[in-house]
Amino acid sequence: MKPAAWFDRRGWSDIIIGVPYAWAIVFILVPIVIVSALSFAVPVLNSPPYAFAQSWPYVSTGSFHRLFADSIYVRSFGVSLFNAGVATVLCLLIGYPMALGLTRVSKAANRVLLMLIVLPFWTSFLLRVYAWIGLMGTTSWFNRLLTSLYNVLVPQAWHVPHIQIMYTNFAVIFVVVYSYLPFMILPLYANLEKLDRTLDEAAMDLGSRPWQVFVDVTLPLSMPGIIAGGLLVFIPAAGELVIPGLVGNMADPMIGAIISEEFGLNHDWPMAASISVALLVVLVVPLMAYTRFQSRAEAGARG
Amino acid sequence: MKRLSPFLLTMMVLGYLYLYAPIISLIVFSFNKSRLVTVWGGFSTTWYFKLFENTQILDAAWLSLRLALISATVATILGTMAGIALVRFGPFRGRTLLSGLITTPLVMPEVLTGVSTLMLFLLMAKWIGWPARRGFSTLLIAHITFSMTYVTTVITSRLSTIDVSIEEAALDLGSPPWQVLRDITLPVISPAILSGWLLAFTISLDDVVITSFTNGPGYNTLPMLVWAKVRLGVTPDINALGSLIVGVVAIGVTLSSIVITRQERRREKEIQAALAGEQ
Repeated sequence: MKPAAWFDRRGWSDIIIGVPYAWAIVFILVPIVIVSALSFAVPVLNSPPYAFAQSWPYVSTGSFHRLFADSIYVRSFGVSLFNAGVATVLCLLIGYPMALGLTRVSKAANRVLLMLIVLPFWTSFLLRVYAWIGLMGTTSWFNRLLTSLYNVLVPQAWHVPHIQIMYTNFAVIFVVVYSYLPFMILPLYANLEKLDRTLDEAAMDLGSRPWQVFVDVTLPLSMPGIIAGGLLVFIPAAGELVIPGLVGNMADPMIGAIISEEFGLNHDWPMAASISVALLVVLVVPLMAYTRFQSRAEAGARG
Repeated sequence: MKRLSPFLLTMMVLGYLYLYAPIISLIVFSFNKSRLVTVWGGFSTTWYFKLFENTQILDAAWLSLRLALISATVATILGTMAGIALVRFGPFRGRTLLSGLITTPLVMPEVLTGVSTLMLFLLMAKWIGWPARRGFSTLLIAHITFSMTYVTTVITSRLSTIDVSIEEAALDLGSPPWQVLRDITLPVISPAILSGWLLAFTISLDDVVITSFTNGPGYNTLPMLVWAKVRLGVTPDINALGSLIVGVVAIGVTLSSIVITRQERRREKEIQAALAGEQ
């Protein structure tokens, strides 16, 4: 098959490639190169506050050593990955039945319900977090509802006047799940919608019970949707800066706050850079490897 | 009709409650007379009037709007160019790098984009003397950069579903490439260009993290102002602001979906009419 090239490569068609390319190099590639390079520098009291060693090998791995030596960094990495992991699992547990339900309603209902999933995207993210701050506060109807539910369920000795939700790790996970739930539902729905329903019927005809059909047919076939949704939730959740800053426990920060603090408050650019590189390696490199593997598998399946 | 099991129905009801309870609560309490945000003290519209008297909020909204309009427009031009280059120009040198660079900001946590872009600006100021201070121009560059990647994704996914044979037919019939681009490719992907622009516009309007790294003193966008206010505590005028945004968005989305449905119906009718004519 001939490549879909219908443009001569001369003259102004170079502009169509060149302009966005130049922009992407200067404002996407160069910043990443700068961060990678600075992660091997040492902090100095100067402007800009970094320096490279004057003799061979010119680089220092001091920041990376501190990254593993100082428990603050290790701990905040742990908190970030834990929060993101729990949030991803919760998004999946809530989002999967919703996505499955969306494939089983009438066309008119489906249209409205899908729009209701997307609608929050178009409103302000910050204001949705803000709305939860109001609800999680100790005087709100939501908190009072939860408190009375809790008090009904537990013995009298454990009764509390209100539940402290704000400024806890639980609040961070709760709001992260809320904010990223649509990112889980939409790819899952796109995947589930394409599945061949006759497979379900065939399994039922052969005597499978509905939950068996789900475990043996639907679940394995929806794996690509689960992974896509999972990555869309996990990566931004792990690097989340706004939500923990507003509802989280300041004493136990996530990694995004640490990067921002090292850079803005401590002016330790090399430290901020090496944490960034570490975060990039932990989050983005597995993703890139996965997409490569995926596209190769697809090419293999086709060829 | 397909059946919805009681379990799925329950989960959907609970899920939608989870998604909408805070938004509905926000709207209800924006009409609250009391200063306390979550305790009802009677109906009033004071907070809406207070909002329109607050010049700080109005200035921030105006800045956000200008920023979003300009950055979305530039990002749409750049993103459309990149999308056409990636899908229609065949294999060219550095194609893999370009598509990799476009995906990077999409998969990177925002805080990394923010820190790295700010480092670039600070080093540029040191090396070439520009930008001397951060403000509208640095915000604009940062917003164009991340918006561009979203636009490119929208354009490439649309363009790769469109058959290239019409364009090739026009070329075979002797149209110069720029005419093919102007008369066929761009009109065909115009819905994608429009939705790319809308996406870029709303993302720019909503961005907090990257803006917080790249803005300078005196350049508070609306989300930055809201962030600063929320950190100091919850106030009812923010409820009013949130409700206004939700209202505008709901009306906009409903109207556009009505328009799109009508267009789809008309197109279906035209296709049917054309098919009937052929027979």
